[in-house]
Order: sequence, then C-alpha cells, then structure tokens
Amino acid sequence: MTQPSSQPNRLANNGRIDRSRPLRFQFNGTSYQGYAGDTLASALLANGVDVVNRSFKYARVRGIVAAGAEEPNAILQLGRSEAEQVPNVRATQQALYDGLVATSTSGWPKVDGDVMGVVGKMGGRFMPAGFYYKTFMSPAAMWPKYEKAIRKAAGLGRAPRESDPDIYDHINRHCDVLVIGAGPAGLAAALAAGRSGARVILCDEQEEMGGSLLDTRESIDGQPAAAWVERVLAELAGVADVLLLPRTTANGYHDHNFVTLHERRTEHLADSAPLLNGRRQVRARMHKVRAGQVILATGTHERPLVYANNDVPGNMVAGAISTYIRRYAVVPGKRLVLSTSNDHAYRAALDWHDTGREVVAIVDAREKPDGDLVTEARSRGIRIITGSAVIETRGAKRVTGALVASIDIAGFKVSGRVEELACDTVGSSGGYSPVVHLAAHTGARPEWRDDILGFVPGKVKGQVVAGGVNGKMSLAEALADGLEAASNALMANGLEAQGGTLPKVRTVREGKAAALFDVPHLKPTMRAPKQFVDLQNDVTTAGIALATREGFESIEHVKRYTALGFGTDQGKLGNINGMAVAARCLGQTIPETGTTVFRPNYTPITFGAIAGRHCRELFDPRRYTALHAWHVKHGAKFEEVGQWMRPWYFPKGNESMHEAVQRECRAVRESVGVLDASTLGKIEIQGKDAREFLGRLYSNPWAKLDVGKCRYGLMCKDDGMVMDDGVTACLGENHFHMTTTTGGAAGVLEWLELWHQTEWPELEVYFNSTTDHWVAMAINGPNARKLLAELTDMDLSNENFKFMDWREGTVAGVPARVFRISFTGELSYEINVQANYAMHVWEALFEKGEKYGLTPYGTETMHVLRAEKGFIIVGQDTDGSVTPEDLGMQWCVGYKKPFSWIGRRALTRPDTKREDRKQMVGLKPLDSRLVLEEGAQIVLEKELKLPMPMAGHVTSSYFSPVLGHGFALALLKGGNQRMGQTVYLPMADGKVHAAEVVSPVFYDPKGDRQNV
Amino acid sequence: MSEFATIDLVPTEPVKAESPLAMCRVDVITEPKAQSAGVVVREHAFLGHLVLRGNAGDAGFVNGVEQALGVPLPLKMGPLSVDEARGVSLQWISPDEWLIIVPGGEAFAAEQRLRETLGGHFAVMNVSGGQTVLELSGPAVPEMLMKCTPYDVHPNHFPVGKGVSTTFAKTTAIIRRLDEDRWALVIRRSFADYLYRWLLDASEEFGVHVAR
Amino acid sequence: MLHIYCPHCEEYREEEEFRPKGEAHIARPQNPEETSDEEWGDYLFFRKNPRGAHHEQWYHAAGCRKFFNVTRDTVSYEILETYKVGELPTIDDTSRRAAK
Repeated sequence: MTQPSSQPNRLANNGRIDRSRPLRFQFNGTSYQGYAGDTLASALLANGVDVVNRSFKYARVRGIVAAGAEEPNAILQLGRSEAEQVPNVRATQQALYDGLVATSTSGWPKVDGDVMGVVGKMGGRFMPAGFYYKTFMSPAAMWPKYEKAIRKAAGLGRAPRESDPDIYDHINRHCDVLVIGAGPAGLAAALAAGRSGARVILCDEQEEMGGSLLDTRESIDGQPAAAWVERVLAELAGVADVLLLPRTTANGYHDHNFVTLHERRTEHLADSAPLLNGRRQVRARMHKVRAGQVILATGTHERPLVYANNDVPGNMVAGAISTYIRRYAVVPGKRLVLSTSNDHAYRAALDWHDTGREVVAIVDAREKPDGDLVTEARSRGIRIITGSAVIETRGAKRVTGALVASIDIAGFKVSGRVEELACDTVGSSGGYSPVVHLAAHTGARPEWRDDILGFVPGKVKGQVVAGGVNGKMSLAEALADGLEAASNALMANGLEAQGGTLPKVRTVREGKAAALFDVPHLKPTMRAPKQFVDLQNDVTTAGIALATREGFESIEHVKRYTALGFGTDQGKLGNINGMAVAARCLGQTIPETGTTVFRPNYTPITFGAIAGRHCRELFDPRRYTALHAWHVKHGAKFEEVGQWMRPWYFPKGNESMHEAVQRECRAVRESVGVLDASTLGKIEIQGKDAREFLGRLYSNPWAKLDVGKCRYGLMCKDDGMVMDDGVTACLGENHFHMTTTTGGAAGVLEWLELWHQTEWPELEVYFNSTTDHWVAMAINGPNARKLLAELTDMDLSNENFKFMDWREGTVAGVPARVFRISFTGELSYEINVQANYAMHVWEALFEKGEKYGLTPYGTETMHVLRAEKGFIIVGQDTDGSVTPEDLGMQWCVGYKKPFSWIGRRALTRPDTKREDRKQMVGLKPLDSRLVLEEGAQIVLEKELKLPMPMAGHVTSSYFSPVLGHGFALALLKGGNQRMGQTVYLPMADGKVHAAEVVSPVFYDPKGDRQNV
Repeated sequence: MSEFATIDLVPTEPVKAESPLAMCRVDVITEPKAQSAGVVVREHAFLGHLVLRGNAGDAGFVNGVEQALGVPLPLKMGPLSVDEARGVSLQWISPDEWLIIVPGGEAFAAEQRLRETLGGHFAVMNVSGGQTVLELSGPAVPEMLMKCTPYDVHPNHFPVGKGVSTTFAKTTAIIRRLDEDRWALVIRRSFADYLYRWLLDASEEFGVHVAR
Repeated sequence: MLHIYCPHCEEYREEEEFRPKGEAHIARPQNPEETSDEEWGDYLFFRKNPRGAHHEQWYHAAGCRKFFNVTRDTVSYEILETYKVGELPTIDDTSRRAAK
C-alpha cells in the first residue's frame, strides 16, 4: 500500500471540517487521510487525486466535476467486505468515515492507465451514438452476451454476492407541509410553517442542512449565513411537530402528494450500521410521506459549458470549486481559468483568489459584464477576457492548459484569435438549471423561462415551489420566496403563517447572463475533439447532432438514441445542454424542442431501503392453523397454499414423499386418517333471505335444504365459468355455514358482499368470515365412526346421522359441530371446534386413535384420494374457462330455479353449449407404472406432425395405491364422446405417452363407502 | 325448526386452551424489564369476540344493543364505546357492522342477550377463536406503529378512544388507542404469528419487552 | 399512491386499503334470460376507457368492506368525488367543461 504525501490541497484554516478528527480511508488500494466533515470527494481532492474513474463508453479518464448529487464521474463502489459492497455511490454525497474503502467501478485493474483507455480513444470514432443499437442488435440471441461484456466494461458497479448484514425499514408519515431542500428558501419556509403549529417535515439530501448557505460569500443579519442556519435549525429542532431529516433524499414524488424519502441513517458512520445503545439500528429508511402541501425548495444545478475535451480531469463546474474551498477547505488545483456566461460564477474565482492561489483569467462570454462580483474581480486585478470562452482544454490525466477564443454566440463560431492559457483547473458555468426532477415525476411538464434560461417545475396540485427552483436565484429573493411559499402552503391547510419577518441580506447586483450552452470550436462539431454533454453516459454534441441528422427530432427519441440523461444520472448536468444542442441542430428554440421526462429515483437508492423489513421470514404473511405446532413436531413437510402453510405429507423415518403418500392413502382407505382442514374458507350467513341469496349465488338449488343438512355447491361467475365450490350447511332456517376453497375464501366473501351491496341490498342477509374461528379436523376411513364414538356422546348411527348431515355435540369434552361430509369417498366426519380448544381435541383423537393406526395426512394424500373419486379442485382442474357441465356436473346445475342465478344466462350461449368444449375425463396410462405430468398436452394422433391440434391437457395426476396404477384427470376436447379411445401425450424429451380415456371416477363409482 | 343455531363453544369442564400466539417464536433480543423498553407487548388472550350486524337507522336496534350490552352503539367510524370496568367494548367497523369484545367465556351470554333483546334483521356471529388482542404500551409505540401502518397515528388524528380497521404490515388489523400511551391491536388468528413477529422486529430498535 | 376519501368511514385513507373494481354503474340486466347473446356479452365484457373523468367502483378491503364509487381523472389521477353505491355522480367531463 502506498502512502502519498498528506493532503496537498488542504487549506490551513476555515471550512466546515474538523481538523482534530483525522480519518483514514482507501481509494483503489491507496491509503489516504481526510477529516471529519469531508465527503469522499473532498478528501480525494484534498489528496490531489485527479482520476477517479473511466468513462462509460469511451473509457476516458475522468475526475470529480461537481460537489453534489449531480456528480457524473465519481460514482464509486464502497465496502470493505463482500457482504458490504455498495455500488453507484457518488463520492460527492458520501461522508468520509474512518476505514472507508472505495474503488473505481470501471477501468479495472488500474483506473489511470488501462487497456480500455487505449481502445476507447482509438475506438472513439468507431463508436458513434447509436453504436450499441447498430452493432449489437443482431443476431438477437447474442445480445445477452454482448450486454454482459458491455456492462462490465462500462463499470456500472456490482451488487454484493453475499447477504446484506444490515437491517432497513419503512416508516409512514403524515404532515401538513413537507419541505424538500434545506437551503435558504427551504429553511425560511420550514421556519414559518413550524412556527405556525403545522406538522412539518424538512428533508435535505446533504450531510448538513443549509444548502448554498454553507458555502456562500454572503451574510445574513450581519452574520455568516451558516450562523443563521444554525439558529433556524436549533429553533426547528425544539418544535414537537417538526421533523428534521438530514441525509434524506426525496427520491420519488407520486400521486396526491405521496413522497418517498430515502434516509441514510448510518452510511456516514461505517460500512455496516454500528450498534446504538447495544441495539441494532436501521442503516437506511424509506419514509412514505403523505403531505398536505409539498414545498419544493430543491434549488438549482449549475450547468457546465460544453467545449472540446471538457472531460479531462481538472474541468469542474464553477460552483463546486466554491463549495470545495469554502465548505471543505480544499482548493482543487493551483491555477484556475474560469469560463462563464454569468456573474454568479465569479465567486469561484474570488474564493480561489482568497486562498492565495492563482486565478489565471476569467473568460466571460459577454461583451460588457458589469455586476458587483465583476467589479470586485476587477478591483483585485484579476484578468477578465470578455466576449470569449474556453473552447478546448489540453492535458491527458489533468488539465495543462485552456484554449481561449472570442466567440460569436449568435453565429455559433469562433470569431477571433485563439490564446492558450497554462492552468490546471478550468471552472465553467453556463447558468443554473432549477432542479425540476421531482415535480416531473408526477407527470407535470417543466415550463421554460427565458428570463432565467431554464425550466421551472410544471404545476402540481398541492405543490408550492420556492427559491432557486422557482427561478428566484438571489439569496434575498430565495428567502422571501420561501416565506411566501410557506404562507401559501399553510393557507391551503387552513393555517396562518406566524413570525414571518425576513432576515436582512445585502443585495448583490448581478448582470444579465448570456445564453451560452455549448461553445463553438474552430472545427465543425462533427470533427472537433469530443465535446461532452452528458459525462456519465458519454454523450457528445456530435452524438446529438448525428441523432438529429438521422431523423430523430423528438427529444425523447434523441435521448434514447444517445442515452442522454439515462440511468442514475437523470440528466442533472447534461439535459439542458443536450436540448440546447438538439435545438440548434434542428433550428428551433429549447422550449420548442421540449424536455424529457424525469423518473424516480432522483438518485440511486439501496435495495435494502426498498425492501424495508419485508424480507426473509417477514417477506409475506404466512398463515398457520391452530394445529401447526403439532404438525411441525410430527415431522410434516409443508406446502404453501395461498399464504397458508399446510402439511403436505408426514414422512416417517427415511420415507420418500411417494412412500409417505402411499402409506397415508392406504391408512385412509383401510382404517382411518385425519386431515387438518382448517384452512378451508368459512363464511357464516344469517338473515331471513339467506336461502334465497344462496340460490342466486350457487348454481344448484337451496330452497329445500333442511336444517341439519349439508349440500355441495358450485359457484360460477356471470360468464358461466366455475369460480369456487364447497359444502354449505343449513344451521337454522335463517342461518348457514358456508365453506369455500382455501385460496378462494377472501374472494368469495367479497363476491357475496359485492352482489348484496350493489345488486340486491333489499335481501335481508349478512355474511362474515369465521375461517380463523373454527378448526376443522376431517377423520376419514372405515374406522372413523368407531374412533369418533370413543370421544363423543353423539348418536353416530347411520340412521340418525346420515351422510351429508351435521350434528352438534361435544368431542373430547369440547363443544363441536360435526359435519358428515367426505372429500375422500370414505366414511368421514369433519369435527369443527373453537380454535382455542382444537389442540386438545386433536391430541385426544390421537390418544384414542392409536389402536386404529390413526394416520395424519397432508394435502398430497388428500389430492390423491379426492382425484380417485373424480372430485375436482377449483383452480387446479379448472382455470376460469370451465363450466359446470364441462366438469360433468350437470347434477349441480339448477336450470329450473326461478331466479336467473349468477352464471345461468351464460350457460345457454352457443359457445358454452358446444359439444367439442374441453370436458373433464379420466386418463389411464397404458403403462400402469406411469404417472403423467400435470400440464402435459394431449393430442389425438400418435404420429407427430407439426403443427398439430392440441386436444386438451392433464390437470391432476397421481399414483393410486388402491388402484395399483397411475391415473389422471384431464380436460379434453369433446371428452365425453371419447370414452375408451387412446390419446397421446408428447413430452419435452421426445417420448410420447399413451393413455385411455375413462370415467373420471376411478374408485367406488357408486359411492357406497361413504354411506355406511 | 329454529331460525338460528346457537352454541356455547366454551367447554363446561376446563380443557387445555391455546391462544393464537401459543406457537410463536421470539427471535429478537427483548428487554428483561418493561421500564427499560420503548414498547411493551402483552396479549389479552381468550376474550369473547362477536361480530354484530344490523341497521344503524333502526332506533329499536340501536337501543336494543345498548340495553343488551350496557354501552351505546357507536354510529360512526372512530370513537369506541367502552366500559372498562366490565371489560366490554363496542367498535364501529362499517355502517352496519360492529365488533363486540367481552371478557373470556362471556361471548355466548352476550349473544343470547342480543338475540333476546333485538328484533328484525340483525346478525350476531361468534369469532372468539379467530382473533386475539395485543396491548402495546410504552413511549415508542406511536413511532413503532408508523413502521406498520399507513394510518396516521398522530394525536390530532388518532385521539384516545379511537379505533380503526386498517392495513398493518402486509395484512390488516384493528388499531385502538386506549389512553395516552396504551394502544391495542385486534389481530386474526392465522396472521398472529406473522404480525407478532413483525411487531417484535419493528420494536427491537426501541427495546421491546414481552409481558406475560 | 392515491389518497381516497371513503364515503362510509368519512375520511381519507391510503390506496393500499382499497381495491379497484373497474367501471362503476354496470348493472346486471333485470331479466338475464330475455337478453340477447350480444347484450349479455356487452354486460359481461365491454367497458369504457375514457381519457378524463371516469366513474369507477372501489372496495374498501382493509377498512369497512363497503363498495363505493369514485370519479377519477384518468389523466391527472385526481379524484373528483366519491359517492356511495346507489348514488349518482355529480361530475363528468361535460360538467367539468361547463364549470370552466
């Protein structure tokens, strides 16, 4: 590890860093020192690190350009260990902490001297805009391979390969006023809103709140601006209903003033969140804010000027230079040339001059600049070259000189002699673009303003805009605008602004800026050295010119063709310049060219913050029955059914699934087994019209079902297709207990409510879910009666408790409703008890059941047993395109019912009467050991000739121990007419299986076993 | 033939009863004492829960409910009717639906009283086995709740005595504010494990104590 | 994320409490058996897809479990009114133009 000399660019005094707290960090394997209060970028600049990355497409060396979220080059990979890797970190936004390890994302293995650089430079002219589309689009199958190689070379960072050790969360917040941005306008607004008693959230993406006030030359109330910031923040911190969120980026602005904030809580402290009071703390938090009013005080991004070789390290935006000097006490070079179109940027030269380093010249595009800052620069004897601009910089890994020429902006040409000035830093400013991104997320189109040469946010309901983003560029204007914004926002909330006195600020007179975006060169655009518009995506003026020449006239198309403003950049530095270039090429104005849509997220956000605590075991609710602990204890394997965890099978010892299921099936057919059926949906129905209502929702009749009886019912949608099924019991004349499928429970209840609330509110009936209230235990098998008899005083005789009856009594001392219904075809009782007492009853069953070999069984055995009987499972054997008649369930269709029940009308449409519809059949494979694949397609001919008509598919398929062969249920076109025929099932491996079409009822077709 | 089947589901002889939290694992670090915890969680198991449906526009129904339960029927979303001494509460769920919570073992008696008192079209349904109540207390409860529900729990919006049915984590729950720093959740049995572990996880950073 | 006023709970709730149920005011024909196949098909499958004010049915799934109606602008997503089942909307594109 090399040890360079310490911080050659660090100033001895001033800045907001703490020189008493030195911090060690590593960049690309070299160890450096910075101070508490530094960003990674300011620490790198303090140490004289010029090259931080290679560019996306051309692999050119790049240095730090900006000081905030708009930084396009210093996008690094962070993390000491594999699990802690974080890609896409902007060095300008990352606070320095002790032990920080950063690497360049591209330019491996050595960022300032690698092979890709040579390729990039040579390849430059062969890689015009649209290069990827043109070169790599064919053959299409190769694209994934190209993409992988391109992404690696492009250096977009990488995700960790190990699990993230940190925790993250979400928090929901509500406020009257959300202020985004804590610069002068935002602070003034938050203060006024806070004083008025409103619920206020103030968020700011930087380490410290204050925005431009942290590096301004101006003072407020006669004191340094930072002192005012401190006072305001102290007051706001003392107000109960004001929440201050530093290090928090408003990353998405959604409908109805719903704003997501990404708060980085510990990323300034260490790679992983340190413990706090001995407890784990969340590393990043997503605030989901519903705001009454949103005050956008997001300020502006300074636009760099676009000139040749403007990407050589040492080229920076002017304002960043001031930020580094005044806030971080770092001068990012020795000799500065400033190229500007406006007065405001002069402060960079003045700040530089204050440090005692050389300002070679200020190059001003205007003929006669004359504001206060210009006067001050003149009075200091700084050379000002007017009517001119830097047209090109010289240097390889660092600027060595700037070519300056007088220019004709209107004619877009160099109009005079070219002079080369020796320097190592070129600051540039082409004006200030309001940060309109958030407003644009809502779909509002930004609006162009000629007076500020920029777009301001479009109108959004509930949004107030203040300060620089509203085109109020001077400090005095920004403060006043913040106050006014607060007043408007409060009024919309029915509140009044309090304590609204403006702090005193000396007005700085600034002259009018020139409309300069890209600078003309001696050579025409297509032949000049590269002039970068979007540094992150390597988009040049020539690329945009080429796009317009190739016919891309819409700015959205130009953007896609060139990648302008793509990805994590979202056009922060380059979009306006890019539009200006396109406008010039197309011979129109910028507003005529339009602006592109900005999308969330404003800056990259960690996946952890998006997932929050919805991960690992808490990713999705898992629902358990009251008997779950028993199932776990007895070795059940579980299956997810909807959100429920249901026992799938109960293997004994080393049994395979097949062995366990065969054993469980035999136990039920030969003695007795028990299923936890609690997950079935249960709906209690009361009211004098309950019976009428059931008749309208079910396909079969309910008018004559006596109290004490149960009936199976099919539910259709109004298109005639089966949507759910289940058994409903008549508990009282006006009282029913409905069961639904496990997955359909919530949907069926909603379905009942829909019809009752919207179509038949006159029917006197109420429904409520009782799914969780009851536990249902289904004992099945020839010994079911004997077993139950040992636990109950109920009369279980076949005469007094028939198949499809229900009775009330106690089981194992617990009050119960017992339903004699069967999903296996065996003698069966479904015992329902209040869930709190279920474990007692279940354990009692096993105590008494031992002598019968009582066997717990899971969903797989349930499936085999019901399929042997041809009982359908809605959602497995049906798919929303199957009628009751397709299932052979004509017996369950009450065409004679007086009311045209849901689904009836559709069943008389010609299409639902077609004889060649897919109909439910049984399939018996000719090879008796074979179990067909569920989902396998059926064809009618053995010889395959493509294309051939598909005749149907297998819906359920198992091996039956009681039949001794594999069997399946299938939907087959015209299946009813094909009994006895042989059909074929071609498989992916080339085999073709053959099966005989048979009745779907394979076992006990007369149903004797359940009636004993 | 009776119009409605009623049944007291509580065994006459005591048998083992298990609350919905019987199987829950606690896999966060908890505080040994309530005093040092930002959130204290306590289950109130085995209470009587009844769903009442009826016509709020029918004075006979409204008066009958008050007569049978001894607390007035709330007629709009928000304020609970509570008789804390008798452990009876009544919450508006929808314009024709209320949740009645009574002490353990008293659900059947409450249902009988309602059926005797009320006439016309109404429904009473016992859901005692299907839900449970968690009491949450401690200074960090509101902030912890903000991590769980999009419903605004600020005192201006969620005063003492209010109850709402809303989204909670990825399911639903009823949230009640019992007093300044005591809250209650009514949660469904099958979701209890998920919600309980979610709650403890959300509370961990504030220090969480499980009271027995 | 819409912010929706529930006319039964009488306050604004977050969109995650609700489920959209498509176009409002689709009445089931009074005498289904007397409709033509085409009329029945229209009832089942054909829905409006306007640019502008749209009357929609929503369900307050996590709250009061009531269905209700919403007039929503499909361009701006602004909710112009919510009203109970059985009530009629007071706002459509014609009335909005007239109000301007």
